[in-house]
This record gives sequence, C-alpha cells and structure tokens, in this order.
Amino acid sequence: MTDDEELLHEFLVEGYENLDRLERELVGFEQRGASADSVSAIFRTIHTIKGTAGFFGFERLQRITHVAESLLSQVRDGNLELSSEIVTTLLGVVDVCRAILKSLEAGAGEGSSDDTALVQRLTELQDGRAAKPDVAAVAAPPVTAPAAAPPVAVPVPAPAVTRPANPAASATPPPAGDEQRSASDSSVRVDVALLDRLMDLAGELVLARNQLLKSVAANRDATLSQATQRIDLITSEMQEGVMKTRMQPISGLWNKLPRVVRDLAAELGKQVRLELGGKDTDLDRSILEAIKDPLTHLVRNAIDHGLERPERRLEAGKPAEGVLRLRASHEGGQVLIEISDDGAGIDPERIRRKALERGLVTAERATRMTETEIVKLIFAPGFSTAEQVTNVSGRGVGMDVVLTNIESIGGTVDVESRLGAGTTIRIKIPLTLAIIPALTVVVDGDRYALPQGAVVELVRIDGVSRIVEHVHCAPVYRLRGQLLPLVYLDALLGAARPRASAAIIVVVQVEETQFGIVVDSVLDTEEIVVKPLGKRLKGIAAYAGATILGDGTVALILDARGIGSLAGLHTAKRAEAPIAARAADEARPTAFLVMNVAEQQVAVPLGEVARLEAFQVGAVERAAGVDVVQYRGRMLPLLRLGDSGGSTESSILNVIVYTIGGRDVGLVVDEVVDIVEEHVEITTTTCRSGLHGSAVIGGRVTDVVDVASLARARGLAIAEELS
Amino acid sequence: MTVSGQYCTFQIGDMTLGVNALAVQEIIRAQPTTRVPLAEPAIAGLINLRGQIVTAIELRCRLRLPPRPADARPMNVVVRTPDGVFSLLVDRICDVIDVSETAFDRPPENVAPDIRALIVGAFKLPDRLLLVLDTDRLVRADTGAGDLS
Repeated sequence: MTDDEELLHEFLVEGYENLDRLERELVGFEQRGASADSVSAIFRTIHTIKGTAGFFGFERLQRITHVAESLLSQVRDGNLELSSEIVTTLLGVVDVCRAILKSLEAGAGEGSSDDTALVQRLTELQDGRAAKPDVAAVAAPPVTAPAAAPPVAVPVPAPAVTRPANPAASATPPPAGDEQRSASDSSVRVDVALLDRLMDLAGELVLARNQLLKSVAANRDATLSQATQRIDLITSEMQEGVMKTRMQPISGLWNKLPRVVRDLAAELGKQVRLELGGKDTDLDRSILEAIKDPLTHLVRNAIDHGLERPERRLEAGKPAEGVLRLRASHEGGQVLIEISDDGAGIDPERIRRKALERGLVTAERATRMTETEIVKLIFAPGFSTAEQVTNVSGRGVGMDVVLTNIESIGGTVDVESRLGAGTTIRIKIPLTLAIIPALTVVVDGDRYALPQGAVVELVRIDGVSRIVEHVHCAPVYRLRGQLLPLVYLDALLGAARPRASAAIIVVVQVEETQFGIVVDSVLDTEEIVVKPLGKRLKGIAAYAGATILGDGTVALILDARGIGSLAGLHTAKRAEAPIAARAADEARPTAFLVMNVAEQQVAVPLGEVARLEAFQVGAVERAAGVDVVQYRGRMLPLLRLGDSGGSTESSILNVIVYTIGGRDVGLVVDEVVDIVEEHVEITTTTCRSGLHGSAVIGGRVTDVVDVASLARARGLAIAEELS
Repeated sequence: MTVSGQYCTFQIGDMTLGVNALAVQEIIRAQPTTRVPLAEPAIAGLINLRGQIVTAIELRCRLRLPPRPADARPMNVVVRTPDGVFSLLVDRICDVIDVSETAFDRPPENVAPDIRALIVGAFKLPDRLLLVLDTDRLVRADTGAGDLS
C-alpha cells in the first residue's frame, strides 16, 4: 500500500466508526433525550469527520458536515431545541456520508449526487424556520435496519425531488450482503484489557519457561529437552508478538503530519517548516490512538492561530518561514510531546476579553486571574478567538477536545506562550502501559525501578560522610564544581538504619533542576512494563507505578519528580519562558565522556551516549565480518578505533552503546575515565573519518570521536538510515 | 439485603471471619511480597498474581489486632472489589459454608465504631461466631490517622 492509500484506508475505517457512533448517539436522543454532554459528543464526532475530510480534500463530505456542524453548534449553544426533525435530518446526513465513504472505498470518488436539498434543509433548520413539509414525508431513516438499507436515499423535504443516490453502485455492483466493509474487516479491534491480560500472561510464561529451562538442564531426557526447547522458542516469539500488538513508534503519526501541514499552510497562505523529533519514541497503541486527534488539532491550531502570515513575520523581524516543531520523548517516567511554534504567541489580554465576551468567566474573576490561568482559558469549552468561523478553526472546539481526550487517558496539557515569540504546548501522558528502560536500584535491601528518562548520570562515592557536604542541613555533593542537592532515598522512604560508606548518586533531571538520589547500589537496566498502582497507593508521590522484574518479583517504580517534591526541592520553574531556557541551554558547556583507547585520550559528546556496558571478551562473535555481541536480544555491532581498542589483557570489554537511527552500535574502549563538562573548541586537524576533530579536554589533547560517521566508514548497515 | 448464602471463612487468631464467597477470586499460599514504604500500615505490600500486581492488605493490622508471629506464614484471600483486586492476608483458611439468614445478627453496639464499619454482622454458628467482613470497605483507605488520601 502506498502512503496515500494507507491514509485513505485509515480514514475509511475511522469514518465508518464515527458514523456508526453518530448514529447510535442520535438514536439515543430519541430514547433518552438530549444532555449537554451528548450534544457535545455528537458535535465533536461531526467535527472530526469534517476535519479529516478536509485533509483529503473531500469537498462534498466537508460541505455537508460543515452545515451539519453549524446546525449542531446552535443546538449546543442552546439556541435551538434538538427536535426529532433535526435528528432525522442529521441521520440523513449520516446516510449520505456513509454513501460517500462507500463510493470512496470503491475508488469512485465522492460520487456526484446533488446535496443541495439536504444542505438547504439543514440551513433552514438552523435558521429555526419551521419545517413546513411533513417530517414523515422525509425518507424514513434506515437506522433501525441498517443491514437491509441500500446506501441510501437522501432525505429531503417533500418539494424537492428525491434522488436515489447510490454512487457506489455505478462503479462496482455492491457485493451480496451489502453492508460488508472491506476496509474495516482487515483489522480487529480488541479490548485493551484483554491485551493487557495477554501481556501479563506472556510475561508469566517467560518466567515459567526460565524455571523449566533451569530444571531441564540437569535432566538427560532427550524428549523432554526437545519439548522444552520448542517451548522456549515459542514463548519468546509469543512474547514478542504480544508486545508488538501494543507498541508502535510515534512515527506512524508523525508521517501523516507533513501532508496536513503542507495543505493547511497552502490554504492559509503561510510558510511553515515542520520539524519532527523523537520518531522512535514508542507509544502504547491505545495512547497513540488517543493522541491522534488532539495532536492534529494542535497542529492545525498552531498554523491557523500561532504562525503569522509571511508579511507579518517579516515586519516582526522574523524569517518569513515559520517553524513548527514537534518532539516526542520519554521523560521522567512519562511520554512528553511538545508542539512549539515561533509564531505570534498568545495575547492574554485578548483571551481575557474573549472569555468575558463569551461569558466563560465573570469580570471580577477575570481581573484576579494570573496570566498563566488566563492562557489556560483556551482549553475552556466554547472558547475561540478566531474572528471568523472558517473551515479550519474558530468554532471553539479543538482545544477543549484536546484537553478532554488527553485527560481521558490520564495525561496533562500545559501551555507556555510569549507574546511575539511563540507558543509551546506540552502534552504529558503517563507511561501506564508504556515499556521503558529503567535502572534497578537497591535501597535498604529492596529493589526499585527508576525510569532512565530522568537519569542524567551515576556517580559512585566511597566514604559518604567525608564526601557529602552540608549547606545548613541539606546534603549536597560537588559535581564538577556545581553543588548538587542530594536526597537520601532510604531516609525519604522512612528507613532508619546506619548508612554504609559507599553509595551511588543517581543524578536526575526534573524540568530545569538537577538533583541526586542516593541509593545503596545500582544493579542493572531493564525494559519494564509499567503498571498502575492500585487505588490505595496512587496518592504516594514517590511512586509512578509498579512493575514485575525479570525474576517475577514486584518492584515499585520511583517517580523522580515526586521524590523531588517530597524532599522539598523546588523544581517548578514553569513561569520562565521556553525560549529563554533554550538560550541558557546553548550557553551551557558541553559534557564529554572521556575514555582511554590504546593509551590515547578520546572523548565523545555525552549526549550521544545511550549507555555504558561491559561484556566478557568471550561473548564476542563474528557476523558478516563484523565483531558483534548479543545485547538485549539483538546483535550489537562493535566498533574499534584504529586497529586497537579493547586490546588489553583484561577479560572485560568496556563498550559505549550508541543508538543511531534506531539501532544500537557499540564503541570499544579500554577504560572510561571521566565525564568532563567544558566549553570546548574542536579543531579539525586531520581528515580522518570517524572524528569530529581534536580538542583540549581536561587539560589533554583529545580526539573527539564521531561514532555515526565511524559506523558509516565501517560500512555498517545503519549508514542508510543516517542520511 | 439478603445475607444468607455461601461464605468463605478463615481465621485470624481464634476469631472466625468470612467474606462473601462470590467476591473471592482465589486463595493462595504466602507469596513473596514487595513492601511499599510510605504506604499506610495496613498495606502489607504488592504481590505478583500471574502477572497482575495486587495490593495485599494485612487484615490483622486493618482490624487492629496484634501482628502475626514472625514464623507464621499468612494465606492470601484474593477478592474482587469495585476498587480492583486485593489480597487479604489471614492466618488460616477454613471452609466455605452455607448459612441462613435466621442465624444473622447486626454487629453488636459495643464493637469500636471504626471496626464496626468493616463488619456486616455476625452469624451465630453452633460452636462459634462467624464475623462477616465488608470487603469493599476493607480495601478502602482507613478513615483514621493512617489515611494518606
């Protein structure tokens, strides 16, 4: 399937679902009566259909849904009563839309039936004109027996001619059974709870298999060991399969955006450059699904409201081309998605005015609200600053839908804006169900998992009482000249015990603050499946969830942010402008990991390093002429500098693991010396590939290695993915 | 509400307690338990129930009874509640018994109010009393000082 076909396919599956839902909701009205919530829900569904139809340029679909939406917005605002006439007409809209989808699916375009009558009827209803023609004369809604209904007569008031609109039939004869939907048949929707259960069971199966393998190893029965081997293989494959059913990289979603942005920018006469980061961030299927619509809304909003027209930008001294930046990452035990633009920003005064106009806040309250609170009003239902209602935005759905959708999966939405400089919207989704790498740490004999996203580095200290200093009563550690606040995890968790002299400081970063969590030891990194804590334990800030470790025991997942706030660290500096923070970032010295290879000092930028590992020399195997080791169930190709590296007599191989283009690569070194943070000037003295150049780091001349280009020079398969 | 029916019974010390058998998912032996620092005292920890993480509640603590002797291994009564699946730690498991409403009495007035809230009532069996616990309330947070929420 080409990209476009795939997009269309998804659009169809989703379209049918939305129409089904719409139909259910509409019919529900007649049975239960309307509530404000259900009107909003219907409104949003229609809005979504319209929006997606807009991307694809399905004008007929867009036109009809647009009018229907207008009608519904009257109902939502209480100007119109939801009469059965309106419901009937809206059901007619559903039928027409369905017919259009059918026709699209058959490859026959939108079909060419005339919808004027339907559109007119909708407009009449919206204007509140009493419908003269008898409602009963309107073609009976085929809702009650959809299976029998051919796609569909347009319900029009009596004076107009009723056209049997069946565009699909003109292209391909409808298959027997008629309602068959090839698009939605190719995939199955499964209850997430069932997938969770399967995942749990797969994990348990792995544990049981491990036990089995251990006891069979001591047994000489050939049949038994054969069967065990098969179980071993099947278990691994099954676990992988079950995992796959849940996880998807965000790139699936990212890939759709360039088109959306392009079309919208063209429509609005704006120049937009889209930057996408963190493509490989794996998200849970259900989360991916849940953020799809909000993300699209935000992107549309940023282009429509955020970025200015080229003329305006030039006047403001900015390049004509606006930048829209999307970044996804696992951070501090959460999935963070940032949507930032360098557009006009949000004007709090304007929001305040609009909010008053729309009656969202009282005048008295509006004067008392802080700027941040006011900016947050953009998430209020019914809020819109667009002066004109357009197809793109301005109806006041969008931001409240974004908020509702994100909150429904337990996430948060934050907005930061500076007038004239841009807006950043941060979506944080709890990592419930997400699989993340975590550090296993030991405190007071108990193991805990600490999500690696928050971890900056580990520092081993020997002689805690000597090395740790105090400011007033607060323990601090001198980390490369900076005072690092420390939190003793054992004390925080209420353990009273004599402290050992050796400990590990896990340096974590929460927003702009770094601090050190002191633990007894660090065992390992492990990919963990995060599970939510039960109701009774949710309130404890120190934990982000729980997980089951490789040996089957339960471990609590620590929440660095929560630990910081429990320890009374003031981590929130939200009010600061994002741009200012970024500028500070640039001024910050670069951190290098300094190593020895064949008695030469080399360094790599710390930011590029995924982790440090040690392997037994005996574990090195060869594949396709390259040294590899097995690492996390995959092959890790090893790179050596020059012809040396790892050539010492030691039986341990120190390897620096990089992740490039989604693949891991290992750099073999003799010894890791230190982490140095310095302003470094790199000079290119040689043209050896694999080097950024040379620099003076820590007082010694040091080669700065460019692992990506080194890998390319060695002809590793990652080469194409890099370019 | 009808109180007759089947009850899964167990012992703590020499007290016989029971929960509605329909609420019981399963009964398992002592499990490796991960303790949860900072949680209220009645939370014994987390156990791995075939891949599902279940909060274990120490009934002795919940009912303000002295702690179990160190060498005694508790049994897990795994119950389903509207708040999720929980495990109740008890001393010994007894039978599932059928009781009729005629033997039922409301909890007497001299039971401490906080404990009384956890007890549906007592069945007067020929040789002893069977206290029926309200599992839904048991697993909710203490309303006393130990409450974190």
